[in-house]
Amino acid sequence: MSGTTTNKPHPSSSPGLKSLKKTNPFRRFWKQIDVQLMVFPGILLVFVFSYIPMYGVLTAFMDYNVFTAHRIFENPWVGFKHFEAFFNAPNFDQIMRNTIVISLLKFFIGFPAPIVLALMLNEVRHMVFKRIVQTITYLPHFMSWVIVGGLVMSLLSTDNGSVNILLKGIGAIDEPINFLSLKEYFWTILISTNVWKEIGFASIVYLAAIAGVDPHMYEAAEIDGASKLKQIFHITIPSIMPVIIIFMILAMGSLLNAGFEDILILASNPILRPVSDVLDVYVYRIGLQNQRYSFAVAIGLFKAVISVGLLTMANYLARKAGSSLW
Amino acid sequence: MRLKRVSFGDRLLLYFIYAFLILLSFSALYPFWNAFVVSFNEGMDTSRGGITFWPRVFTWDNYDVVFQDNKLINGFLISFYRTIVGTVSATLMTAILAYGMTRSFLMGRKFYMIFFIFTMYFGGGLIPNFLLIRSLGLMDNFLVFIIPGLISVWNMIIFRTFFKGLPAGLEESAQVDGCSTWGIFFRIILPLSGPVIATLGLFTAIAHWNDWFVPSIYITNPDLLPVQTILRRLLNSNIIELSGLPNDVISKINSARTFTSKSLTSATMMVVTLPIIIVYPFVQKYFVKGVLIGSLKE
Repeated sequence: MSGTTTNKPHPSSSPGLKSLKKTNPFRRFWKQIDVQLMVFPGILLVFVFSYIPMYGVLTAFMDYNVFTAHRIFENPWVGFKHFEAFFNAPNFDQIMRNTIVISLLKFFIGFPAPIVLALMLNEVRHMVFKRIVQTITYLPHFMSWVIVGGLVMSLLSTDNGSVNILLKGIGAIDEPINFLSLKEYFWTILISTNVWKEIGFASIVYLAAIAGVDPHMYEAAEIDGASKLKQIFHITIPSIMPVIIIFMILAMGSLLNAGFEDILILASNPILRPVSDVLDVYVYRIGLQNQRYSFAVAIGLFKAVISVGLLTMANYLARKAGSSLW
Repeated sequence: MRLKRVSFGDRLLLYFIYAFLILLSFSALYPFWNAFVVSFNEGMDTSRGGITFWPRVFTWDNYDVVFQDNKLINGFLISFYRTIVGTVSATLMTAILAYGMTRSFLMGRKFYMIFFIFTMYFGGGLIPNFLLIRSLGLMDNFLVFIIPGLISVWNMIIFRTFFKGLPAGLEESAQVDGCSTWGIFFRIILPLSGPVIATLGLFTAIAHWNDWFVPSIYITNPDLLPVQTILRRLLNSNIIELSGLPNDVISKINSARTFTSKSLTSATMMVVTLPIIIVYPFVQKYFVKGVLIGSLKE
């Protein structure tokens, strides 16, 4: 076998390959059937579980619910009826407001929080302390939303809830507050819980970026008598700016993902719906609980189309900024 | 060790940072600790309030009850089973696909890549997925935990990047020795891929263990429910009768009046969290590695 014709010789890369390539793609395919068989199951699975559902979005333009014909394409086409129904629905404004407000809150609070944590951890010179803080703050990331929800319910409950015990102890309240059934607290609880769960783990990438900053810059700054705070703002932050920008752009790409599991779990009380219903949660309830499939698919499609636009734009910007999702 | 004078402002900043980090660590740990303490305190006593850092009336009874709950025990077995089967099969399938996709002579490789990446942008959504799973007969079927998650495009890309970084010479010499592509994959590539397999496998395993949503929509048979989904129902319902406890235990609970749903769900939460807490310190470095691999651009 000659290793001179190609960089990576393979059983099929015999000297006759070049002529084969032009003459007979089927024979060439057959010669590499072993590798094709490696990718075939993956292609089949992705086709079935990702592409067939895409085809299923056509039901958004039909009248299909649990009472109509079981075979999807025996149902009548209705054009944009369900989209119009959603846009004119009395709770449309509310759902859009919740989706946008919760996403923006998550973006403006949840996005910078791990950066601040990384900057703080970087100032810690006591390595054991740093490792302990990291280990502890990463932990909540690995807990399911069921567990996190259970912990939040337990902390906020009126029955031995620590938050109520604390507030009562400092004299801020007289009677325990049932936080998880009051609309005015929901956004605060949702955002705090998200930050609590993800702040540590999300700081890893920023810590790695900070580790790559040239230490000579700090030495020079110290000689010039720059304070720690000045060093953070004039050396560390500018140095990791490219990473921050990439992650910010990518976060903007998923701006309509206001949350799903976290809201399903934390807003299990129906009283909260006026502040907790976001697009994804509404699709779930209308589609799977009320079984109005077409209506739910239409809402989902509406969201997906905007999301694709945002994601494409984000990835385009990220590419311009020097990186991309892949 | 550098000796230098630390200015007053810098010292103040450092104190602030240490104080903040201690507070943050405390807030990350306290909810777990409090639930742990409540799970060891007598239920009726807990509802009198004031249980924070230490149990007042210590008892094992909550755990006694939890471990007699047949539904929960069964849920644990389902969770373990799906985590092991799901992780091994998904990691292997995704790695095989990824290796195939690294072969430069693979016909249609560019098209396949677009085919996979497109799914990262757009998906059919919840309802079309649900209708598909239903029409495939995967409702109330253990395989619904395994098959739809066999291929992760994101993990495939990470695997592929890793495989591309392996020295090409090894594969070449194996080919000269007459080793097939599959042989090269199993005998050379996989043994060299320990770190990336461990990392992606651990993330997959955690996702399997933590998943409560898939079973909540696709499974109605209570014998197939994993423990997270059962726990979610217990937390929402607060009804002891919903559990799979033997009747005599239920009547004992009702007559003893020392249990509350809070004390029992706390004990259940602790048992569900325990497997992760136990493995967490040992595998933490892989998690950190995983994030960094994932965020590297190709």
